[in-house]
Amino acid sequence: MSLAELICPAGTPAALRTAVDAGADAVYCGFQDATNARNFPGLNFTPDEMQAAVAYAHAKGTNVLLALNTYPPAGQVDLWRQAADAGARFGVDAFIVADMGVADYIARTHPQVRLHLSVQAAASSPEAIRYYCENFGVKRVVLPRILTIPEIRQIRTEIPCEIETFIFGNHGLMVEGRCSLTNYLTGQSTNMDGVCSPASDVQYQRHENGSMSSQLAGFTIDCFGAEEKAGYPTICKGRYTAPHRKEGYYAFEEPVSLNLSRLLPELIDAGVHAFKIEGRQRSKSYVRGVVTAFRKAVDDIRAGRPADMADLVALTEGQKQTQGAFETKKWR
Amino acid sequence: MSLNADPIPTAPRRASPVLSRLACTVVQPILSRVVRRIAERHPSLFARLGPHQTTDFLIDPIELPFALHLRPDPEALVFRAVPRADAPPAGATIRGKFLLLLELVDSEEDGDAAFFSRDLDVSGDTEAVVRLRNALDDVDGSIAEETAEMFGPPGRAILARLRKTYTNDNEGHPAR
Repeated sequence: MSLAELICPAGTPAALRTAVDAGADAVYCGFQDATNARNFPGLNFTPDEMQAAVAYAHAKGTNVLLALNTYPPAGQVDLWRQAADAGARFGVDAFIVADMGVADYIARTHPQVRLHLSVQAAASSPEAIRYYCENFGVKRVVLPRILTIPEIRQIRTEIPCEIETFIFGNHGLMVEGRCSLTNYLTGQSTNMDGVCSPASDVQYQRHENGSMSSQLAGFTIDCFGAEEKAGYPTICKGRYTAPHRKEGYYAFEEPVSLNLSRLLPELIDAGVHAFKIEGRQRSKSYVRGVVTAFRKAVDDIRAGRPADMADLVALTEGQKQTQGAFETKKWR
Repeated sequence: MSLNADPIPTAPRRASPVLSRLACTVVQPILSRVVRRIAERHPSLFARLGPHQTTDFLIDPIELPFALHLRPDPEALVFRAVPRADAPPAGATIRGKFLLLLELVDSEEDGDAAFFSRDLDVSGDTEAVVRLRNALDDVDGSIAEETAEMFGPPGRAILARLRKTYTNDNEGHPAR
């Protein structure tokens, strides 16, 4: 039986305390630098804050997972190594990594700390996952959001580690860890600098007719009508015109959030060990609402009761939700 | 979070210049006291603002007859009510209903969700807005309640009344 651990996001110390108090089994977070994929302005933890956060979480029986899930530029690994050393010193319970060099350093230097393979590694086949397990001692893989539940069930039988899947939040698929769209427009890398659509390059403009356009580095990537719900200003969720689509269309993905609340029993049955909630960039209000709802749902399922979930659509991007590829490969 | 079936108006409410100036005069002593108190009790807030401690924010509660000018510089803190016509050039503007803005300050509402629903309008320097949001979100407790406490029972009564109005306006709120 899967333990169905609830893995919750924290972008600030206050959000971490909120997640812990709302019933998180583990909280994931990162430092205020390029070592993690939510390197946003004003977000994340100083070393002192991380140390205090680990102590707070551990005092309440909650684990802390340190996200080191970006890729160091060639020859510039010191920042990632220092972050790993600090995390080990503070007693974090696992590192979430994507880069093989970072994984190798931790496996050799801090073998007592668990390694989790980030979704940013985009490991979606048993062969790829086993490679990380055999070479770096990875104990858990966070699966990309491109697999159906039957596929997850099959993978579980072929790998020697735990599986973690996203169950709620931002639904940016692409080939995770390989997306260069932000880099193309802004010169900053999602995968190496940890910034997707850096806020310094984002502009919103409201027009007289009530519509609002969002721009990244001077390029308009969407324009929402006066009555239309909005999404994040990311290129992958932009709406574009083309000679054959003059009305504008979502060329890559749509502004929509993942919500697998109805699939939790099936995921548990398929052998998923941990459920991840996306959203380190979101507020305490989001953390409190989503963690509380999923805590209750998981507890209901564990107790053999039907899960009674709160409606979370108000917190979703574009106020739309999907079960994505978990339900069917035809979702997009 | 649909706080309102309609998106926020493009333009905030118009107020006569006399009314606007009078309202600013009345609330200014309160604002000065509030901001000094918050700065004293939450000094860590400023670190998250980074280079935007000296950015001029215009916070625009659309129903009120004035806007709020914030420059969160710990060395020279500014938080003042200004008639919209006299507002200084802003590095970043945040516009929405007053009670929504209050709930965002207290992390009772999620800023991204308010943006998705179009209840919140931001313009200007987006990084400044994100930093301010994250700085406020890292404050434990309720700034609104701290503020109300400063004014004793009348303060608490006004806050309770505001929240009741807010709840009544948004019955059936799906996120809570």
